[in-house]
Amino acid sequence: MIMMIFMRRAVLLMVLLLLPMATVAYIDAWTFDDPAQSDRYRALTEELRCPKCQNQTVAESNAPIANDLRAEVYRMLQAGQSNEQIVNFMLDRYGDFVLYKPRLSMGTLLLWFGPILFLFAGGVTLVMILRRNRQEVVAEGLSSNEKIRLKQLLEGHKPS
Amino acid sequence: MQRLKLFLPLVMFVVLAGFLFVGLFLDKQTLPSPLLDEPFPAFNLATLNAPDVMVSEHDLKGNIALVNVWATWCTSCRAEHPQLLAIADKEIPIYGVNYKDDSEDARRWLQEFGDPYRFSVMDVKGRLGLDLGVYGAPETYLMDARGVIRYKHVGVVDVRVWKDILKPQVEMLKQEAAES
Repeated sequence: MIMMIFMRRAVLLMVLLLLPMATVAYIDAWTFDDPAQSDRYRALTEELRCPKCQNQTVAESNAPIANDLRAEVYRMLQAGQSNEQIVNFMLDRYGDFVLYKPRLSMGTLLLWFGPILFLFAGGVTLVMILRRNRQEVVAEGLSSNEKIRLKQLLEGHKPS
Repeated sequence: MQRLKLFLPLVMFVVLAGFLFVGLFLDKQTLPSPLLDEPFPAFNLATLNAPDVMVSEHDLKGNIALVNVWATWCTSCRAEHPQLLAIADKEIPIYGVNYKDDSEDARRWLQEFGDPYRFSVMDVKGRLGLDLGVYGAPETYLMDARGVIRYKHVGVVDVRVWKDILKPQVEMLKQEAAES
């Protein structure tokens, strides 16, 4: 009996602990024409960033502005607008910030190609180091005295 | 040369620390507005003081003016209210956008604290706010006489913001208008 209560409590505790890990998405009571539209709604609200709360998507946030943007996305979907039209609508009002995946433009060049640049710099450095090491080995061959000494050492330690 | 290389990690650390240090003081809340140098978005809304008269973006033209987005639920709007009263019409005409508010409450608010606005449009649904890219009241837009948005300030307009930021912008617009 005590065991049962303990088990129940353990399960409850585990559920409570795992609860915050569930992906939070604000649930609105929209009705969609078809599942494809519902998917587009989800995709769009997840790639749009809430301008007020900054590190949440429009889908996650419960800020009033996110509410409005979700309603707007829904309205535009119902009006038969394309994803591109909806994204452009948001861009015209909130700028690049509203996209979690920024567009390629002069301002975002470094953002897009910075990592490749760093990878390239790293690659060049690596090649340079490797090449220099090889050169050193070739250049610093043993002198005849050293060769004799090496031979002596090796023979001295020969396992017999 | 080899010696200098020993300092490379230190140099890298200092550079990184420099970036992070600057990052501490960056204002991440203020977003650049894509509406800068764009005409004020079209609207057709009634005003608080004359609910049966519709006004549009054309009624904002003709003067260098501020458009202030406000609401009674916005506590910071209370904070900037005295400053708006102080500059209204004496320095610059101010128009209001009563953003997603209860119109009755808004009228009472203006009666109680004073009305700095030439008129306040009732943007009850927040449609105009959306077209303006409003993401947090108070927001204040500076417009030139042609009705083009020239500057956007997000947050409270206090004495400092007016004197150091908005007023110089206004002066610049005046000069620009005088030159052309």
